[in-house]
Amino acid sequence: MGLRTFKGGIHPYDGKELSKSKPIKELLPEGELVFPLSQHIGAPATPIVSVGDGVLKGQKIADANGFVSSPVFSSVSGTVKAIEPRRTTTGDMVNSIIIESDGNFMEAGFTETEDVTKLSKDEIIGKIRDAGVVGMGGAGFPTHVKLSPKDPDKIDYIIANCAECEPYLTSDYRRMIEQPEKLVEGMKIILLLFPNATGCFGIEDNKPDCIERLTELTKDEPRMKVVPLMTKYPQGGERQLIHAVTGRDINSKMLPADAGCIVDNVETIVAIYNAVKLGKPLTNRIFTVTGDAVSDPRNFYISIGTNYRQLLDAAGGLKTDAKKLVAGGPMMGFALFGLDVPTTKTTSALLCMSKDEASAFEPTACINCGRCVEACPENLIPSRLSDFSKNGQKEEFERWYGLECVECGSCSYGCPARRPLAQAIKTMKKQILADKRKKK
Amino acid sequence: MSDLFNVTSSPHVRGRDDTQRIMLYVIISLLPATVFGIVNFGIKALILVLVTVASAVASEWIYCKIVKKKSTIGDLSAVVTGLLLALNLPSSLPWWVAVIGSAFAIIIVKELYGGLGQNFMNPALGARCFLLISFAGLMTDFSDYPGFADTFGGATPLATIKNGGSVDTMRMILGNIPGTIGETSMIALIIGAIFLILMGVIDLRIPGTYIVTFAVFALIFGGHGFDVQYLISEIAGGGLILGAFFMATDYVTSPITPMGKIVFGICLGILTGIFRIFGAGAEGVSYAIIFSNLLVPLIEKATIPRAFGVKREKSKKGGDGE
Repeated sequence: MGLRTFKGGIHPYDGKELSKSKPIKELLPEGELVFPLSQHIGAPATPIVSVGDGVLKGQKIADANGFVSSPVFSSVSGTVKAIEPRRTTTGDMVNSIIIESDGNFMEAGFTETEDVTKLSKDEIIGKIRDAGVVGMGGAGFPTHVKLSPKDPDKIDYIIANCAECEPYLTSDYRRMIEQPEKLVEGMKIILLLFPNATGCFGIEDNKPDCIERLTELTKDEPRMKVVPLMTKYPQGGERQLIHAVTGRDINSKMLPADAGCIVDNVETIVAIYNAVKLGKPLTNRIFTVTGDAVSDPRNFYISIGTNYRQLLDAAGGLKTDAKKLVAGGPMMGFALFGLDVPTTKTTSALLCMSKDEASAFEPTACINCGRCVEACPENLIPSRLSDFSKNGQKEEFERWYGLECVECGSCSYGCPARRPLAQAIKTMKKQILADKRKKK
Repeated sequence: MSDLFNVTSSPHVRGRDDTQRIMLYVIISLLPATVFGIVNFGIKALILVLVTVASAVASEWIYCKIVKKKSTIGDLSAVVTGLLLALNLPSSLPWWVAVIGSAFAIIIVKELYGGLGQNFMNPALGARCFLLISFAGLMTDFSDYPGFADTFGGATPLATIKNGGSVDTMRMILGNIPGTIGETSMIALIIGAIFLILMGVIDLRIPGTYIVTFAVFALIFGGHGFDVQYLISEIAGGGLILGAFFMATDYVTSPITPMGKIVFGICLGILTGIFRIFGAGAEGVSYAIIFSNLLVPLIEKATIPRAFGVKREKSKKGGDGE
């Protein structure tokens, strides 16, 4: 039997060897930390501190504003310096709480739960919500919402997204190598919520050591199994992962829960463990600083809110001129024009590249070669969608299923004419979705 | 270190192959057949190949100059067009006819419709058909083959078969037969085709369905029953292999949808069968391909693939522009 995977996809250079052997090192932030109030999908959090207030590490500084929202916690002890809009990794100005660290890291008190199996489902979800846990793979969807589907009994798969298919990133890999117990314990907690579910760890086969460790750890867990996956981008895409693990297909109008699945990534599951078992809010995460322009690529245990410049300095700074800095991986990450942006719950890496391939090539005429079609994991015709986007043909764009695009970038990667296909498609998608919201 | 870094939309990395490299692969894949043709037909064939390629590239360069467009000869697509056209010409063709063909292919079929990627018809085949009509005698004179008269009684294998004769199978597979410069050696063409498939430039959807459909058609309507010798002659004795692997697979003029490629191959097979078996001439590949090229937009419209995870559509919405 071949390895499980999906149709389409690409095999980019993975660059993981730069940082994969570097153990996680704790990095203590200095000076000013920035906490954007919107680090998740949904309503921005509401500040509950004022300028001049003293705060402790792990203290809630902004509260969730509604069900689909998430609170924000300080990752340091110190003083609230300002509450003002600050630039984030996506380039947007987002209202943020700025805290000056006092360097002492005084923690607020946390209550550990002796036996998590004695907690009710509502208590578990409440603890996850109150700890500010959101999808830490990039999307930032509030985890307590994801874990509250209409019919929990119909969920039969909890999928741990351990694919880490983005090139260069090694944070999930280090977590799985160094602290796989936390991942397994987190999975146990999620399984308490879904009595009919099996917990599956979907891991790409370029991480055989992780597959081995987790198989060993889960051998006495009848409700868990490790599913090795083919190494291919975007294997960790939600729809592609569900297909590979369960054979079920979902589209843009469905949620994983509609196919009986809940998908959470490695860091999120560890955050669930911290929240429910240890009572600790989400204030830290694993973060990779890597790329060919970085002196000493590394994996750090960072305090959320730390400035990117400090992370780069901790990795020895740049060894050559960098052309491009990316928050996240090279396929879906955001290019940064400067380093003065904060880390958030959803950012997993800083990638510094000495070459900028995206702008190095001049786009030429489409030769209709169909490589974008072969690469598209969503079975779309990206070259046509890109034309529809350029010509403003919204109906045609929808008729050719443009809204199903998952924005993985595989089409642009493979295009021999170097056309920015994904960019054109994303732009049109945004416009159409905005139109639809207006009509409502 | 500058203060500002490049900002673009993701992805931030790109694959290795660009248009020029793909065209280079196609040129390399055509070399075995080209070399074989030169060995088979002699120095005249070499000169004709060089003249055709050079005039194709020159046509594109001159056109770009005239319309004040950045020269696009660097993408090597004009070389591919010139080479394909040359392989579709008889070695005895006067050089100036080849030059007219190249100019027609590049300027009329390709550039006037917007250049690379915009033409609706394979430029080399468009030019070949233009020459076939304009210079019918010169274009169908295959007597320039050493031993033409004694071995084949003055006809190409396909013509021989059409008139009820038969041709040695081994010679057709190796290519020691009369024909256009590049079409005769099945072995040389298949070597090139395997290279293209291995390099990921083409796949078997179009050539596979094309050849299979044609074989089935010939089996049913050929009037020879299940005659292996006849089938091999039909497949190896004319332009089918060259056409199926190198011309029908032309990206620009074939459907981009995976299912469309299969429909396209079937159309080609049926049309080639009709032209060869019921038509006046022995050949039919070139006309089948340029005719099917015209069907591509229709085929694509009818074969839009359903996106991943999308079940059948409930209703036909937006069919008439809402």
